[in-house]
Amino acid sequence: MRTLYPFHGGVHPADHKSESAQLGIAVAPLPQRLVVSLFQHRGSPAKPVVTIGEQVLKGQRIGAAEGMISSSVHAPSSGRITAIELHPAPHHSGLPDLSITLETDGEERWIERQPMDYCAIDPSGLRQHLQDMGVVGLGGAAFPSHVKLNANHLETLVINAAECEPYITCDDMLMRERAAEVVQGIMIAQHAMGARNVLIGIEDNKPLAIASMQAACQGTGMEVVVVPTLYPSGSTKQLIKLLTGKEVPSGGLPTQIGVQCFNVATAYSMHRVANHGEPVISRLVTLTGNVEEARNYEVLIGTPIGELVKLARPKADTTGYIMGGPMMGLPLTDLSVPVVKATNCIIATSKALFPPLPRAMPCIRCTRCAAACPADLQPQELFWFAKSKNFEKAQEYKLFDCIECGCCSYVCPSHIPLVQFYRFAKSEISAQEKDRKAADLARERHEFREFRQEREKLEKAARHAAKAAEAAARAAKTSEGGGDADVDAAAAAKKAAIQAAIERAKAKKAAVKPQNVDDLPPEAQAKIDEIDERRAQAKETAEQTVTAQNTDEGQSA
Amino acid sequence: MLGLAVVLGAVLGFASLKFKVEGNPLVDKVDAILPQIQCGQCGYPGCKPYAEAIGAGNAPINLCAPGGEATMLRLADLLGVEPQPLAAEHAADKPKQVAFIDEQTCIGCTLCFQACPVDAIVGAAKQMHTIIESECTGCELCLPPCPVDCITMERVDEGISGWKWKYPVYPISETVRDAKVNT
Repeated sequence: MRTLYPFHGGVHPADHKSESAQLGIAVAPLPQRLVVSLFQHRGSPAKPVVTIGEQVLKGQRIGAAEGMISSSVHAPSSGRITAIELHPAPHHSGLPDLSITLETDGEERWIERQPMDYCAIDPSGLRQHLQDMGVVGLGGAAFPSHVKLNANHLETLVINAAECEPYITCDDMLMRERAAEVVQGIMIAQHAMGARNVLIGIEDNKPLAIASMQAACQGTGMEVVVVPTLYPSGSTKQLIKLLTGKEVPSGGLPTQIGVQCFNVATAYSMHRVANHGEPVISRLVTLTGNVEEARNYEVLIGTPIGELVKLARPKADTTGYIMGGPMMGLPLTDLSVPVVKATNCIIATSKALFPPLPRAMPCIRCTRCAAACPADLQPQELFWFAKSKNFEKAQEYKLFDCIECGCCSYVCPSHIPLVQFYRFAKSEISAQEKDRKAADLARERHEFREFRQEREKLEKAARHAAKAAEAAARAAKTSEGGGDADVDAAAAAKKAAIQAAIERAKAKKAAVKPQNVDDLPPEAQAKIDEIDERRAQAKETAEQTVTAQNTDEGQSA
Repeated sequence: MLGLAVVLGAVLGFASLKFKVEGNPLVDKVDAILPQIQCGQCGYPGCKPYAEAIGAGNAPINLCAPGGEATMLRLADLLGVEPQPLAAEHAADKPKQVAFIDEQTCIGCTLCFQACPVDAIVGAAKQMHTIIESECTGCELCLPPCPVDCITMERVDEGISGWKWKYPVYPISETVRDAKVNT
């Protein structure tokens, strides 16, 4: 029996897991239209690599990763691309995002699937392959997995199968039905990072999953660790603490303490990628809550959620839907949003299941939130600083260690939406940081511009000085020696060239005939004659002046 | 005593040379707070000159229009002076914007990139000019010199990646509200 190292705080919300764990995994029917968001992972969005009207095959890459922290997206079925445009996306902002719409043809024609021998290629090649195949964390954060795999000689690989949020059972069902494949996926991650130990943390409310994983792990050296049911034991930092006793440093990464953590569904998708050559185009989604038939479905990425929820037959008194769990999930305002890689659960809400919260009261500083906080923070202080927009103080109190798990809001007797305040403060601080970086860049560029202008001024002055010195030297020379034969010859040649150019210009001018001069009325003709005369006079005066100047110059020389 | 005076004098003299501060550190601190738009709306030819004027005590702290109230409050905090309301013409809160050149109309006169304080416009004489969007501070200084009015300011949409959580607004309990009304 392994020693566990309990983390601070945590809560016990009603788990509601049995409803959706009665029936086995079913495959959701193929929808007519799939909407694949190009930004369903952390980092930078993917870039579309298909055109409207193009026929694509199932598993074909339609969006290429842009940059290091990014991931590719693939066509979840075969069909024709009908649009690349802004489409509502499951995001807290409610803003639309660039998405590719695919009209399915129902034939499900695959691209050529090539399984790979991951032991034969080096880890960087494997990471590149996983990025190209769109492997991201399927636990809900959707962070690109290849970035997390970039570690060597890892001491412990933690596999997160705790699934601590109420209602969600997709990882539970995955382990019950596909344990052997999950274990093969874990082997890939273990191989890529050279991990010595593998610990699979499962909460004790999933006895069937525990049994099936223990059977699958026989003889692999992996250890299934049963952890007590306590929200949020499925959070990376908390699970690592629970299993290894090590704490991830504030603002640091698990790899700094020799640990890395992957979700069990992510491990499964690694197996599909490496051993079957299938990119991430589907995932398990729990449909539960206020529905007739709660169940887990294997759903293609891009399936419209409005269409998907019909499978579970929502009851008539359903008030809305939540994507994710009730603690950290995202209330959906628009059901046309598609399933993305982070969609692990859709909960239908009703007044009975989710009674509206009583209105908020002032904070009485009871510190129940501090007792419940799994990150060991002081939520009541953070609330105070975020509310008064005192962001520096909030950072001093380690605001960025907050995992937004919602335990504080859950226990708050005043029903204050604490997490919303922390999210506000975090995004405000990040925006300020971005502005500060932009200001630094602008300052640097402005200073360089001033430096450049100063330099150009000096260079110009130096050029003028050099020219003046040269002219002075030449003047001195001519006054001394009374003229150089070479200089005279050059001057004469120049004069001749100028004269020739003038002749050419004259000839050209003479060749140009005035247009539209036939049948002119007499007054117009008179006007033209007058102008011609004036021109001739001006020309004569100019020529006289030039000759006079030339004679002057000749005399002075 | 005399020896001590000589020694301490030498130490002080050495220290004044060794630890000599280049420039005015206060000006740098003020400059770090200013948003570096370099728009000149404060009446100074850039953020640094305004920072120098504030550092010398010659300028009020409420002249920075792009920085708005937040910058004014931070300056007040840094300098230990009373916050001053922004001048009326600077009070309007403008959204972030960048310049955009209509390439059909541009005649390649080079006047705009001579005016750009951060060298964010590329071009050459009689060649089309264009804005480097990521470097543009949105100062609008390129607008007046353009002889064909081909530059417009475009709002920058925040998009999903630039979206910020809003300040939470939630209904408070009726008893609390009533208590507040009564007091």
